[in-house]
Amino acid sequence: MRGAETFFIDLARLIVTWLEKQGMSPLVADIVLLVIQFICIAAIVTVNIIILIWLERKISGFIQQRLGPNRLGPWGIFQTIADAIKLLTKEDIIPSQTDKIIFRTAPIVFIVISLMLYVVIPFGDGMAIVDLNMGVLYFISVGSLGTIALLMAGWGSNNKWSLLGAMRAVAQMISYEIPLAFSLLGVIMIAGSLKMSDIIAAQNNVWFVFLQPVAFITYFIAATAELNRGPFDMPEAEQELTAGAYTEYSGMRWALFFLAEYTNLFAVSAMAAVMFFGGWQGPWLPSWLWLPIKAYIIMLVFFWLKWTLPRIRMDHLMSFSWKVLIPVTLVNLVVTGCVLQFFK
Amino acid sequence: MNWPYIIFYVLAAVTIIAALGVVALPNIVHSALCLVLTFVGVAGIYFYLGADFIGLVQILAYAGAISVLIIFAIMLLLSREVSESNPSHGRGKWKAAIFAELFAFLIILSIYFTSWTHGIAPDWTDSIGKIAYMLMGDYVIAFEVAAVLLLGAVIGAIILARGEDKR
Repeated sequence: MRGAETFFIDLARLIVTWLEKQGMSPLVADIVLLVIQFICIAAIVTVNIIILIWLERKISGFIQQRLGPNRLGPWGIFQTIADAIKLLTKEDIIPSQTDKIIFRTAPIVFIVISLMLYVVIPFGDGMAIVDLNMGVLYFISVGSLGTIALLMAGWGSNNKWSLLGAMRAVAQMISYEIPLAFSLLGVIMIAGSLKMSDIIAAQNNVWFVFLQPVAFITYFIAATAELNRGPFDMPEAEQELTAGAYTEYSGMRWALFFLAEYTNLFAVSAMAAVMFFGGWQGPWLPSWLWLPIKAYIIMLVFFWLKWTLPRIRMDHLMSFSWKVLIPVTLVNLVVTGCVLQFFK
Repeated sequence: MNWPYIIFYVLAAVTIIAALGVVALPNIVHSALCLVLTFVGVAGIYFYLGADFIGLVQILAYAGAISVLIIFAIMLLLSREVSESNPSHGRGKWKAAIFAELFAFLIILSIYFTSWTHGIAPDWTDSIGKIAYMLMGDYVIAFEVAAVLLLGAVIGAIILARGEDKR
């Protein structure tokens, strides 16, 4: 098991020593390794999304008593690959009245920001690309940039549904960012660090979900809203806004938005696993299998909620954040602080 | 020319070009988006200087929230033709140029007359811990006063936005 545990770290070290033997300076070798790591992340994300989309369609089918995709391959497993090829070969339609530059760059900005989130996620023991000193803060602040991309999409489309959808998305994401950050603060207070590896090490004995159950629930609700997923998918409520900010997009540009949503979903679930479920810690299996397993279990709960609960109204959504979630997270913070002070 | 300098000049170029875009572009929504790029560029320079906490807060507060509020306000209040909406055109540009030059002159003067004494090379490993101890220790009163001030501003804004008759 020892070999399997450090497989990727050994591989990275091997690449670096090989590059240095070829006459590269250590700095250049490190940069080459970084590029390789980013390519790996992009590959992982793409493969992961192909599986995720198939899984979500299968699960929604199960919940609605249908079969879901079932034609291509066993259990329809190649359906997403066929869809991806279809999307790649579609014509790139740009409506004539759009704000061309903004319309074109919005999906790229969105996917780049989602990929940037993966820089700090520890996929295994010592397997984060950068174990930043303030990884959690990085995650929150880079995640907050996604609103700009949605706003660009909504504005650039020059379509009233797109603009309304973008405005809803941005209002929702800005409101729910506050409870999201506050619920993570409880964990940070117990761990005493913003570094992902420290937070995981602090959960050696007991997972933070048992010490901070309220924070986990508020984090989960806020993350659902932040991801614009059902039951909080007001920004793309099909019945009233066609597809929200994505109305005018088609082909690969639309697919990039779709990709980015699932990329964010995995990032947020991995973050929940790191903050509340002990990250890569687990028995028997190597650490780089435990984090995906935990993230997938959390994602299954996201799917389950989306396909079970009805959508809620926009004004209820906003007042729920400001009048319920934020006070609850604040009280949780005060209680956590008092308990930490008394039991220090 | 070594790596750190190249990184700095790239960041500075992005920031300055984006800042020029804020002033010069005719469409005010494009200006606002350029402003986001300026904020991100400044955050990059903070990272380059080792001020990682300030850089992240710059992204979180300015690029992620304040610029969105600016774009929101523009979108909700704009009633003119958007392609010619940036008010930096035409009127008052000479006055603006004079004031900008005066301000730049003051900044250059203050940079020139500051004696830049270098302390011991600071330890970058735990900048956030040091900031926390300073904010919650030596400067806790200033920190709390700022919080009360911001709370007052928020309440004032809500009262102004609600209007008088609905009280």
